[in-house]
Amino acid sequence: MITARNLTKRYGQTVVLDDVSVEIPRGGITAMIGPNGAGKSTLLSLVGRLLKADGGTVEIDGVPTNGMKQSEFAKKVAILRQDNHLAVRLTVEDLVTFGRYPHSQGRPTVQDRGHVEAALDYLELQDLRHRFLDELSGGQRQRAFVAMVLCQDTDYVLLDEPLASLDMRHAVAMMKRMRGVTEDLGKTVVIVLHDINFAASYADTIVAMRDGRVVQHAVVDEVMTPEALRAIYDVDVHVEQIGGKPIGVYYT
Amino acid sequence: MSADARAIARRPAAARQLDRRRWGRFPPTVVIVVLCVVVAISIYLFMTLGARGSWSFIIPFRGRKVLGMLLVGTAISVSTVMFQTVTTNRILTPSIMGFDALYMLLQTCLAFFLGATSLTQLDGRMMFALETVGLMAFAGALYYWLFVVGHRSLHLLVLAGIVLGVMLRSVTNLLQRVMDPLTFAVLQDTFFASFNTFDANLLLPAGIVVGAALYAAWRMRHTLDILALGREMAMGLGVDYRRTVTQALAIITALVAVSTALVGPVTFFGLIVANLAYALLRSYRHRVIMPAAALLAAVVLILGQTVLERVLGLGTSLSVIVEFAGGLLFIYLVLRGVVR
Repeated sequence: MITARNLTKRYGQTVVLDDVSVEIPRGGITAMIGPNGAGKSTLLSLVGRLLKADGGTVEIDGVPTNGMKQSEFAKKVAILRQDNHLAVRLTVEDLVTFGRYPHSQGRPTVQDRGHVEAALDYLELQDLRHRFLDELSGGQRQRAFVAMVLCQDTDYVLLDEPLASLDMRHAVAMMKRMRGVTEDLGKTVVIVLHDINFAASYADTIVAMRDGRVVQHAVVDEVMTPEALRAIYDVDVHVEQIGGKPIGVYYT
Repeated sequence: MSADARAIARRPAAARQLDRRRWGRFPPTVVIVVLCVVVAISIYLFMTLGARGSWSFIIPFRGRKVLGMLLVGTAISVSTVMFQTVTTNRILTPSIMGFDALYMLLQTCLAFFLGATSLTQLDGRMMFALETVGLMAFAGALYYWLFVVGHRSLHLLVLAGIVLGVMLRSVTNLLQRVMDPLTFAVLQDTFFASFNTFDANLLLPAGIVVGAALYAAWRMRHTLDILALGREMAMGLGVDYRRTVTQALAIITALVAVSTALVGPVTFFGLIVANLAYALLRSYRHRVIMPAAALLAAVVLILGQTVLERVLGLGTSLSVIVEFAGGLLFIYLVLRGVVR
């Protein structure tokens, strides 16, 4: 369980995260939704220790994270940010192998190699493994980064808009893989999404944010109502049940 | 099979051939062995070309120059590779932090306040210790102030270094304009790196400091690989970013300070050998890049000095030759897109 208490983050005078307390249960997919600038990425970065909070604490399974060593933390929580620009030229395999660093400290063992192979298989990257990242399409590169994060083999995986540059087929495949990761491997996935319908179709719970606060935190069906979505986005959304899933239509 | 896999299968055989050739071309160990041989040949040429007279004179006379060049070459190349990794930028060198500007200011102040005669009479070891400590204190204070106390970003640190460098250079210029021409002429000699005039008594203390710094650099070679991915990725992979970067900056400072105090400013050349090492090896691993850059630096310095002594008859200074040749090479590399 991830427990955030009274998290606050300011940039100068601007408060981007205002006294946020949220409990993300263990297991399953939690989707974070909300309009641009709502503080989703900031919250994810604070939980993933990429940013320092101006106030408040985060606990992972009851252990406060600010006392943890970075190397210990990286074995519990893996985080992938939105834009990952690299100055070095790496192949897909190199990148995925880096995911084992918290465990191998740069000297991969046979077991580490096994994890790398599994991650490459899992994201269908075997044919691309020797290609350089700068020669891949945005979607292929995105899959390589996700493979790296999965290779880290942590209980918690935090992903910031991993669907951003994926086409329909790969976006759906990615979300199915995340389901597989939670169901087969028992991991907890927290994922920032822009498309509410991806959240509705694949997540278990939804955390909705607006103006630096959590405005909704509930199971999918409770958030996917016209009233709740109106409160989050200021947009009228028509919600229809299609194939047993609530799907929002907001093209007006 | 995925769409990507099918796309790969459809790619012409020539393209696949190219893939295989490109990343399997020269295994890093082969490159390093070849470089070792080239270094040995350069040393042999430098020691024997135009050698007339007694070997008991030539060997220590030329040998100490070789040692000096190996020391400085290693220090400059390794510190440049590390600095580029820490800043995730392939076209920076530690000189951007104002090291050479401070060195020149120190020299100028000494000449200005003590006069040219005392500048040439000062005890070499004293000067060396003074300059090393001065440079390290300067960089240490800058790093500490910006990075540890101020919680500022690395980019601000680099920017502050550039601005400070400009300021130091202006002060240096001012002092040089008002000093007498004789003192200035003596002073000017110290501004170009030279392996002809350095004090052999300094080799041992310099060697100890450089050796310790290199050992520390070697120990963090795997962590440096991760640092090259940038701050956020490195933190996500469990690197204590602040501590690691502070460590790396301390090592860089020690290496640059010692080599600058020993022979004068030679930093552009670090940029050339670091990029050459990346271009030759096509690897991101510091465990091969750092030794390869150091070996390349040794080759460049020793061959450059040979040309200087045997062809140009000591008519100019080594940094002029190295930076002329290096600059041409670098432009070539940039145009060909090898350096990216």
